[in-house]
Amino acid sequence: MNKKEKFFSVMKKVGTGAQKFSKNYLNYTVILAVMLVFTIFALATPMKDSTALLFQKITVAVILAVSLNFVVGFLGELSLGHAGFMAVGAFLGGKLSTILVNALGANSTNIFILILSLVLGAVCAAVCGVVVGFAALRLRGDYLAIVTLAFGEIVRVVFINSSYDNAINKINATKLPEFIKNFFAKILELLDFGGALGLQSPSFPKKKMYILVIIGFLLILFTLFVIQNILKSKTGRAITAIRDNEIAAKAMGIDVTKHKLMVFVISAAFAGMAGVLFSYANKPVSASSFGYNYSIEILIMVVLGGMGSINGSIISASLITILNEFLSKKLTGDNAIYKDLFYAVILILVIIYNNAPALKNLREKLNLKNLVGKLFNKIFKRKPNPSSVASDAARWDVVPTKIEMNEVLSTDVVIDYTGENSADIDERGGSDNGKEN
Amino acid sequence: MDLLTIIINGLSIGGIYAMIALGYTMVYGIAKMLNFAHGDIIMVGAYTVVLLFTTSPTVGIISALVLCVLVGIIVEKAAYRPLRGASPLAVLITAIGVSKLLQSAAQIFIGSEPKGLTLNLGEIRLGSLHISVLTLLTILISVAVMAGLTLFVKYTKMGRAMVAVSEDRGAAQLMGINVNSVITVTFIIGSALAALAGVFLLFKSQSVDSTFGAMPGIKAFAAAVIGGIGSIPGAMVGGVVLGFIEAIFAATPLRDYVDAIEFAILIIVLLVKPTGILGKKRREKV
Amino acid sequence: MAKKIKAPKHVPHKRENIESEYVLETRNLGISFGGLKAVQDVNLKIKKNQVYGLIGPNGAGKTTVFNLLTGVYQPTTGSFYLNGEDLTGLSQEKINRKGFARTFQNIRLFNNMTVVRNVMVGLSNQPEYKCTLFESIFRLPRHFIAERKMRKRAKELLDIFGLLDERNNLACNLPYGKQRKLEIARALATNPKLLLLDEPAAGMNPNETEDLVNTIKYICENFDMTILLIEHDMKFVSGLCDQITVLNFGTVLAEGDTKEALNNPEVIKAYIGG
Repeated sequence: MNKKEKFFSVMKKVGTGAQKFSKNYLNYTVILAVMLVFTIFALATPMKDSTALLFQKITVAVILAVSLNFVVGFLGELSLGHAGFMAVGAFLGGKLSTILVNALGANSTNIFILILSLVLGAVCAAVCGVVVGFAALRLRGDYLAIVTLAFGEIVRVVFINSSYDNAINKINATKLPEFIKNFFAKILELLDFGGALGLQSPSFPKKKMYILVIIGFLLILFTLFVIQNILKSKTGRAITAIRDNEIAAKAMGIDVTKHKLMVFVISAAFAGMAGVLFSYANKPVSASSFGYNYSIEILIMVVLGGMGSINGSIISASLITILNEFLSKKLTGDNAIYKDLFYAVILILVIIYNNAPALKNLREKLNLKNLVGKLFNKIFKRKPNPSSVASDAARWDVVPTKIEMNEVLSTDVVIDYTGENSADIDERGGSDNGKEN
Repeated sequence: MDLLTIIINGLSIGGIYAMIALGYTMVYGIAKMLNFAHGDIIMVGAYTVVLLFTTSPTVGIISALVLCVLVGIIVEKAAYRPLRGASPLAVLITAIGVSKLLQSAAQIFIGSEPKGLTLNLGEIRLGSLHISVLTLLTILISVAVMAGLTLFVKYTKMGRAMVAVSEDRGAAQLMGINVNSVITVTFIIGSALAALAGVFLLFKSQSVDSTFGAMPGIKAFAAAVIGGIGSIPGAMVGGVVLGFIEAIFAATPLRDYVDAIEFAILIIVLLVKPTGILGKKRREKV
Repeated sequence: MAKKIKAPKHVPHKRENIESEYVLETRNLGISFGGLKAVQDVNLKIKKNQVYGLIGPNGAGKTTVFNLLTGVYQPTTGSFYLNGEDLTGLSQEKINRKGFARTFQNIRLFNNMTVVRNVMVGLSNQPEYKCTLFESIFRLPRHFIAERKMRKRAKELLDIFGLLDERNNLACNLPYGKQRKLEIARALATNPKLLLLDEPAAGMNPNETEDLVNTIKYICENFDMTILLIEHDMKFVSGLCDQITVLNFGTVLAEGDTKEALNNPEVIKAYIGG
């Protein structure tokens, strides 16, 4: 073996190793690194409050986007109620921490209480996930999207009207016996989420915000750990099989009910945790922050990052949050609305560019991955790898095809998705992909 | 509030919802897409009326109709048509984008302050009952519109072409129906109905801002689904059902929760009878 | 005597096992949609290791029979048994786990997944690859053992069908003939006792068809498999099947040995018309 060949074989080994590593551990490593750098900076120098708050928002956004992508990108069901799950977590987790902090006279930065309320928020959101998941068993496509939207609105309306004062006045106005009134008053105290004014949950003081950010980073790692490991197991294969063809999945003995419920529950639980984090950073927690608009904002992150791409969601959630912060600083007052206009235009253009049948040729011409691949092959004189050409994974946000319009009403009309939307999902991110012998 | 008032209120709210729901249901049946921006067309209509009403009410209402139809056509051609044949999820997300675009554009052009308009056409007294003329007008016009639309779909060539396209787009195309123009006409009718609904909603709520149409839009979609999406009588039934629910609960202490109740009913209807009250069930062929 | 015709009310079937020497036995299996009797009184008896054909003109109800047997539709009359075990009324996934696996007339692969993953989906329910979700999330040893075993088995199956080289391609990028084969491989992965093939040779050229005949024979011998198949290609049917049932308008027109049944004048009339 001459020197040059040896060099290339070593390079190849390094390359394959790097590929494997990047497939399995890259996102953990990057997030861990960012977290460490952040911690060092936070401890070494007094950090600006706004910087810590920005990072806090990023951690919440990433958890939300990744968990929503689990439903939209991998199970293939559109959920427009993610903010609703988050609200459940924020209010119920926030309520628990309020009660505990008051009862124990503890500090609002008490980590133990934070963990307890994270657990409670996750569990409560998961219970709501079961409810919506049951809807997902009977409905598909737009119908399910509307049910999730309705769920989010119900949650918002319930919390926005959950004020103790209002309700107690109504009860006092009735002619019930005194002890029943007292009983109701006790219950209402427990169910008081502040109504339109919002819940006065304990929150981290600005100087201590960095601790919440670190906890947020740890939660991101936990989210990734759970969701990615599920996706890279037989359960994950079953979930994507349901997305690709539910009828065939059933015929292969896959329990569609169990898997759909599971995905909704897990996704909701993580959204609930994100909600608890949110409640610790914002005081008061107001129900109007969790409207349908917020669900759409999370959906935009998922779409722009690429459905079925976890890393894409992480990147786009971070970038969009940063961009939001930047734009809201630049555009003050009435100009702030240009931000919304900007996102709306970008969203429409990106979707049309990536999905319009007429633009297929243009897309292939401008495909970043193909260009990079060609360049790479030119440099290393490699033969093009047929499977990588086939995968065409750089079309990162072409939408999976599960959602068939009119699915409930459909007869045998076959909607033709030939090739167009097929070769794009981050399916190959699984452990059994890439090169193996 | 007595029963008769509730009935009349329910009918007038229901009429407005039905008009919006008709737009949703027709677009859904024919273009097979959920036009999320439909609610914001209502907002466009309401704004136009507010801005031009002082010049002349007739000019205001007519230009609202024209502008809404124009916006409908432009949105369909620019945003939805390029995506015909693409994944429905992509179309749905684009529609969400269009909805945001219209809302923010309205804020930029007109400002974020709500605009108000009060109109009082007096009221009719029947014994102890006071009914505002506006409410009566709403009911009458929505009934007329629905009757007209039903006749249009049943007896005109274009109407029958619409039914054909909604049944089977491919077959309709093979029969020589120009699917593109059918879809455009659908959007025109839908937008015109939205404009009318916008006018009446405006007179009812007396003020308009950029998210004016969002909630009625979503609720009307709920009405269309409750009635059975894709079905024109279904949209009317659904609209009236929702109107009555709203009118009934507005008279009880639960009035703050009326949105939640309506959505809960939507979820229950979908779970019990996913095709809605008047929808047809079809099976997927294996 | 004129009787008032009542729409048959659907009575939930009470499952009762029977003594049966057949792998598949159906008794008066039928279904009606509304008033239309799509399939009625189908009595199939398929012995072990048999390749059994189900033929008939278009719209005869062949695929409906498949849908009944795999739980897509619930039969309105009759019942069916796998080795004497009553499977009537079970859900699709349960029927599959009991031992029926099928392919589809219009191919239904998991298009956005790789070929090897398609087969691995079929393997998920086998007891030898058992590992819980908890074990998968926390990457306990059993997860890795199960994954390794599954991949090995999937590759073996793909090798039989000559798909091993394509294993890392997306299923939708396979040519048509290979997609059909992958569907069969995926069905075999669920370790069925009866394999139901819905027009396996549709759209194949003569070479591919011949290849398929050999593969099916191979499966029968090496997997100890019983096969029920729908096909229009008469050469294919007479080359493979020892017995057939001919359906027409949802009823059995003829059944028995392939040659005899095909030469039945009724059958010829149904196919040629007249």
